[in-house]
Amino acid sequence: MNRDFYSNLIFEVSRPGRKGYKLPKNEFEKVALPSQLMRETAPELPEVDEPSVVRHYNNLSTNNFGVDTGFYPLGSCTMKYNPKINEEIASHPSITHLHPMQPESTVQGALELYHILQGYLAEIGGMKEFTLNPFAGAHGELTGLMVIRAYHMSRNDVKRVKVIVPDSAHGTNPASAAVAGLEIVEVKSREDGTVDVDDLRPLLDETIAAVMMTNPNTLGIFEKNIPEIANLVHEAGALLYYDGANLNPMLGMARPGDMGFDVMHINLHKTFSTPHGGGGPGSGPVGVREGLEQFLPNPRVVKNNDGSYSLSTTETALGCVSATLGNFAVQARALAYILSLGHEGLAEAGKLATLNANYVKERLRDSYLLPIDGLCKHEFVFDGLKDKSTGVTTLNVAKRLLDRGYHAPTIYFPLLFHEALMIEPTETESKDTLDEFISVMHDIAREATEDPETVKTAPHLTPVTRPDDTEAALHPIVTWSELNAK
Amino acid sequence: MSHRYFPHSQEDIASMLETCGVKTMDDLYADVPEQLKFKGTYNVPSEMSEHEVRKFFNALGRKNTTFDTILAGAGYYDHQAPAAIGSLISRSEFLTAYTPYQPEISQGTLQYIFEYQSMMTTLTGMEVSNASMYDGATATAEAIMMAVAAGRKKNRILISATVAPSVKSVVYTYAKYHGIIVDEIPATNNGTTSIPDLEQMLSSGDVAGVVVATPNFYGILEDYTGVADICHKAKSLLIMHCIAGDLASIKSPGEWGADITVGDAQSLGIPLSYGGPYLGFLCAKKSLMRKMPGRIVGATKDSEGRRTFVLTLQAREQHIRREKATSNICSNQGLMALYVTIYMSLLGAKGLRETTEAGIAGAHWLCNKLTATGKFTQTYPDSVYLNEFCLTATDATYIDNFMQQAETEGILAGVKLSDNNLLIAVTETASKESLEKLVEIGNNL
Repeated sequence: MNRDFYSNLIFEVSRPGRKGYKLPKNEFEKVALPSQLMRETAPELPEVDEPSVVRHYNNLSTNNFGVDTGFYPLGSCTMKYNPKINEEIASHPSITHLHPMQPESTVQGALELYHILQGYLAEIGGMKEFTLNPFAGAHGELTGLMVIRAYHMSRNDVKRVKVIVPDSAHGTNPASAAVAGLEIVEVKSREDGTVDVDDLRPLLDETIAAVMMTNPNTLGIFEKNIPEIANLVHEAGALLYYDGANLNPMLGMARPGDMGFDVMHINLHKTFSTPHGGGGPGSGPVGVREGLEQFLPNPRVVKNNDGSYSLSTTETALGCVSATLGNFAVQARALAYILSLGHEGLAEAGKLATLNANYVKERLRDSYLLPIDGLCKHEFVFDGLKDKSTGVTTLNVAKRLLDRGYHAPTIYFPLLFHEALMIEPTETESKDTLDEFISVMHDIAREATEDPETVKTAPHLTPVTRPDDTEAALHPIVTWSELNAK
Repeated sequence: MSHRYFPHSQEDIASMLETCGVKTMDDLYADVPEQLKFKGTYNVPSEMSEHEVRKFFNALGRKNTTFDTILAGAGYYDHQAPAAIGSLISRSEFLTAYTPYQPEISQGTLQYIFEYQSMMTTLTGMEVSNASMYDGATATAEAIMMAVAAGRKKNRILISATVAPSVKSVVYTYAKYHGIIVDEIPATNNGTTSIPDLEQMLSSGDVAGVVVATPNFYGILEDYTGVADICHKAKSLLIMHCIAGDLASIKSPGEWGADITVGDAQSLGIPLSYGGPYLGFLCAKKSLMRKMPGRIVGATKDSEGRRTFVLTLQAREQHIRREKATSNICSNQGLMALYVTIYMSLLGAKGLRETTEAGIAGAHWLCNKLTATGKFTQTYPDSVYLNEFCLTATDATYIDNFMQQAETEGILAGVKLSDNNLLIAVTETASKESLEKLVEIGNNL
């Protein structure tokens, strides 16, 4: 551990003449290329020896908080434990040492891995086929929307240029729709947090390409009208898209395909436990119901009659969304996780995640305002503290949690409430951890009344205190050379 | 029940259910309509031990061929990756963290991303970098959308025929759905961008951006003297696609006058892993900063005046702006940026240059020897190439034979582009012994 906050930049560790590498012996004659094509001045990179580099980044890591550090109740992010065997599997040379353009005959195991995983995801999603090519959840959304556009275009139904998204949707939904060239129409939520079917019905005209939904939604509430919604959407000639960010509580309990969804994506870094890595890499496979497979992006991995695997490219496909078959090493981790859980473990994971969420909700509702009563699934949303008279906000509570050794919940999302505080305790948290968290949340609520100033000025015990975001945005300093010049 | 990843005892579950006011776990799903409930068992194998998982993957792994020498490139290169990278990126504080939304407990991630941005900007000769691109192809697609957004009413992009087909296909897909017109700038007989054609195509006045590559798909270093001026005169942005590892040696996009630089950073210490995860980079002039997609880290001070790093300019992003965001990107390709940052810290500018020089030297040696066999000619003999070159076989049977025989020697001899064309890349990991073996195979064809 560090006694003091470690804040050096690698550039400050640098000294001229140091180096941290040794290249293999080069026995070829040096070749000089025309100078007008070569760089005039060297880039200003640091010069550091190996021990100093290792110490620098080890020290930096201690300023971070990960799932292995402590409880991470970050709503809609599914911060579950990342099993270590998955890392071992993904670092094996038979995975890391394959070039993406190797001949198919030399990557039969890799193609088989891809094919097995897409099959398992199809089983879990209730879909016909998955592509694993999309690199992340948002990339999956974009791919899924392109599938939908390709479907409408194939029918010459070109006036479908709009997507309906609920007002509670993840920000990526409207953003992905915009990238896919679609306009956004927002549908309102009812008092109980679910999509208002009466509000949706008149919106469903011949210009609608798709309706995007998350189920359970971002309030953690199951959209129980989904069969009726699916009917309405299909009658209107549109397709129903499932944002898989909240798939975790559905494991073993219900499948998006059975709910009437046509296209879906899954975040392997959420439901299937691949590490978030500080925000990436992720993986966002996209599944489709029968009749839409031909629109999936090129290339697809197909199993031949002789049991071999090959890559297939078709004219009907939406095009290519990636230069390769996606984040292969992430896919391998997800497959290792599915195999480790097995069908038995998968069937329990969703229920335990739901149990944990309902437990925390019930234990905290005396101090925090629960705007929507009833069962939740894997997550739920409080509208800040129950007692609003202290002036202590959701942001203050979140920051005070950092002092107490927890990551903050997701805050100010969804946009339906002013003081949204969204908590998702996954199935890998024990009752003891949850009890401690609940007790700390009660402490903070009490503190908000007794000593509001301490909560309002939190955090106090973190490596750094509250940063000046306004100054950062007003006068952006985004490189060492700018910082050094100041 | 009870799996090794689930900490719940039966007593825990019973007491928690009681708190929730329900009797069984299934009662927690009372709100899910009965007809939607999954009543079966997933057609997925039964729970495996770690030993069984290892066996499963070992069996799959045996069906792959891992080569001792990889001469395939086409955008992705086999480089020596220092062991320190693997060790450091597996620090769970880095590995298991989320996007650094809470800066007070995320300075580790924020600081290395700031270092990454600093390194990428000096490498590309640009002023600002994000840390959010999946790979070079999607970064290029983001760049064209950025150019169109910056170009107001302009809706057309020109892309050189010499840009990698895998990059072009992704660009075409994004453009098709986003409503951008993309036209291809023809190539010369030397495998370079036809500048007269570019000038002529720009005269329409509706071009928001021009995409070229250096080195291009054929490994050729194109001469872009005057190209930035031609683009800027037509009020069009110059977007340059590069391989990050080469940029300490070759003339940088900044020196050529480019406005946006994109490409793959895989060559900076990231394993090949059959296509991912990789890291794309997107760097630009500061005037374009507010049009950029993805996460950007900035320096500021905390309430006690200490230097602190934060995600900044978030008003561009999807979680704030929704459909009006500059992009749908949500990833902060953090861990991959860490690979690259550690790699550049260890190698420095000198190490990057020596690495590229080793590849250049090996590639030129091999190209000369292989063409001397008489079985191959250089496809573009009059162009300057870096560490990758394209060969034309003098007989349509040669390439398959050559690759198959090389395979038995543990050598992946390149990327087959057609029955007659082979693209070969050499890096510092290729020994003279293995390349001599390859020449011998060529001689004996």
